[in-house]
Amino acid sequence: MSKCPKSFVASALIAALAAGPLWAEKLGLGRPALPEEVAAWDLDVSPDGTGLPEGSGDVWTGDELFADYCAVCHGDFAEGVGNWPKLAGGKGTLDHEDPLKTVGSYWPYLSTTWDYVNRSMPFGNAQSLTADEVYAIVAYILYSNDLVDEDFVLSKETFMEVEMPNADGFIVDDRLTAEAHFVRDPCMENCKDNVEITMRARVLDVTPETE
Amino acid sequence: MTFGFKDKKTPSRRQFLTGAAAAGAGAMAAGAAKANGPDPLITEVQYWAQGFGDGVDATPYGLPIEYEADVIRRNVEWLTADTISSINFTPIHALDGTITPQGCAFERHHSGAIELRKEDYRLMINGLVDTPLVFTYADLERFPRENHVYFCECAANTGMEWAGAQLNGAQFTHGMIHNMEYTGVPLRTILEEAGLDAAGDLSDKWVYVEGADASSNGRSIPMEKALDDVLVAFKANGEALRKEHGYPVRLVVPGWEGNMWVKWLRRVEVMDGPVESREETSKYTDTLANGISRKWTWEMDAKSVVTSPSPQSPITHGAGPLVISGLAWSGRGAITRVDVSKDGGKTWETARLAKPGEKMALTRFYLDTEWDGEEMLLQSRAMDETGYVQPTKAELREVRGLNSIYHNNCIQTWWVKASGEAENVEVS
Repeated sequence: MSKCPKSFVASALIAALAAGPLWAEKLGLGRPALPEEVAAWDLDVSPDGTGLPEGSGDVWTGDELFADYCAVCHGDFAEGVGNWPKLAGGKGTLDHEDPLKTVGSYWPYLSTTWDYVNRSMPFGNAQSLTADEVYAIVAYILYSNDLVDEDFVLSKETFMEVEMPNADGFIVDDRLTAEAHFVRDPCMENCKDNVEITMRARVLDVTPETE
Repeated sequence: MTFGFKDKKTPSRRQFLTGAAAAGAGAMAAGAAKANGPDPLITEVQYWAQGFGDGVDATPYGLPIEYEADVIRRNVEWLTADTISSINFTPIHALDGTITPQGCAFERHHSGAIELRKEDYRLMINGLVDTPLVFTYADLERFPRENHVYFCECAANTGMEWAGAQLNGAQFTHGMIHNMEYTGVPLRTILEEAGLDAAGDLSDKWVYVEGADASSNGRSIPMEKALDDVLVAFKANGEALRKEHGYPVRLVVPGWEGNMWVKWLRRVEVMDGPVESREETSKYTDTLANGISRKWTWEMDAKSVVTSPSPQSPITHGAGPLVISGLAWSGRGAITRVDVSKDGGKTWETARLAKPGEKMALTRFYLDTEWDGEEMLLQSRAMDETGYVQPTKAELREVRGLNSIYHNNCIQTWWVKASGEAENVEVS
């Protein structure tokens, strides 16, 4: 690692944000990360597929793996067991009173499914699946959501072919414009003619006992 | 003063909290002292005034006295499938000031609170940097450090209340929050140690941050924020982070939703774009009435709540002087003012801030008042330095509908009854 003094004015942004740096050079702390170390920890997959490893898996292999590793919580058909997350279904419910948000109905990118299953599932035994197993399980989740045919093989090459139904279902936070009317002079007197209680938590009675 | 609610059922004894019993005892004790002459607590020598207390070797690291045993974190079983990926709640109804004691500060984990020794801790910086680096915990303590007080509020705080008044207590409706004094190293310092020349134009770059736990909790943060005030923290309220709060190192992301405050921080990657991880697509996106969802709703808007009186903190002293106390905060800057209403928002009085509001930190407010013993519909309304005024739930629903889950910063109403009991209600 170079310990030469480096200028911090590489860009206007840095210059603007690095107001009054405390020191003019790097401290020389830490050590270079080795390629094997970066490979072990840098597993994230981006929406364009960057980060995907080589490998592949088909729907039926995924079905078997899902039965072994996933179905106890997520159901044989990814429909969910009890309070555990449903991974399939809910198509067209996002504007309903009680939307069902699943990989098929809600998730905008397939990369997220691959990345999350690979890194954090099965719950309680994360990072135990091979790349091929993750491809197969994701293929099965897609099949459970009617997004691919039963003969589909998911791989690094076929990844971008899959269309996620809710890919266009997201907007970037627009509160500053959509809720600009909350910047205002607040009313202090005679703000309402009448006040009625319209709902009570006690009637619902779902608060845990505090004794 | 009366209100129009028709179905006014008798309070259930089961839900009449400890405070009610204390009220009775307190009233009796006070009455007894008056009726029966001198108070024996004064006229008789008490054991604590005669014998010994504990030696200084009794408690190397102390816990609160047993009489404060109700000031604890609580969870709500039905909210989640299990307790591993779950939430508990800070007892804000019983606290005062602004600093949250770490031992009862809320927890939110996605795969449990892991145990990670400082010796086993590694932090990797990689991606678009000049030299990918690995730091040990000891390395981090050698960087110039800063101290800041910030609130950490879960994006889902008050989320159960979108559809109506559900949980009966400020702890449950507003307790996914804590406020601590953090010591740590600016993330900027650590990124600059790895070198950002390789990243080129930084204005469109991102960092991806993830934890050492199985869930990883990976989140994408725009470079502008990463270089501004994000802190790689290793101390909170003067001591090491608690295990459940990310020991030995967590990210502090001032003003932004708690999910981004990655615990057990193990990796920061400089990237060309956001990863769009599970925690910023499936979760922490806010669905509007038309089915379209907002993403990257990072800031926590101005919010407040009256912590006392409240359902778990009823009035036990009868009519007369009353301290109405609460918390206000904003992710977009300092709180400049809090108004309090006793009549459900018809009229408002400006409360007193215990100290001037600090940016992205809890602010304590008080309204010192005289209670006439009649019912009140108590509300508080925060304003921040951007001029933003905390909205009502109806106003939020007008924009967002009922299914946003996250970012519910609506005005809370407590119905304080003549008995001094309080209940979570919605009003017209």
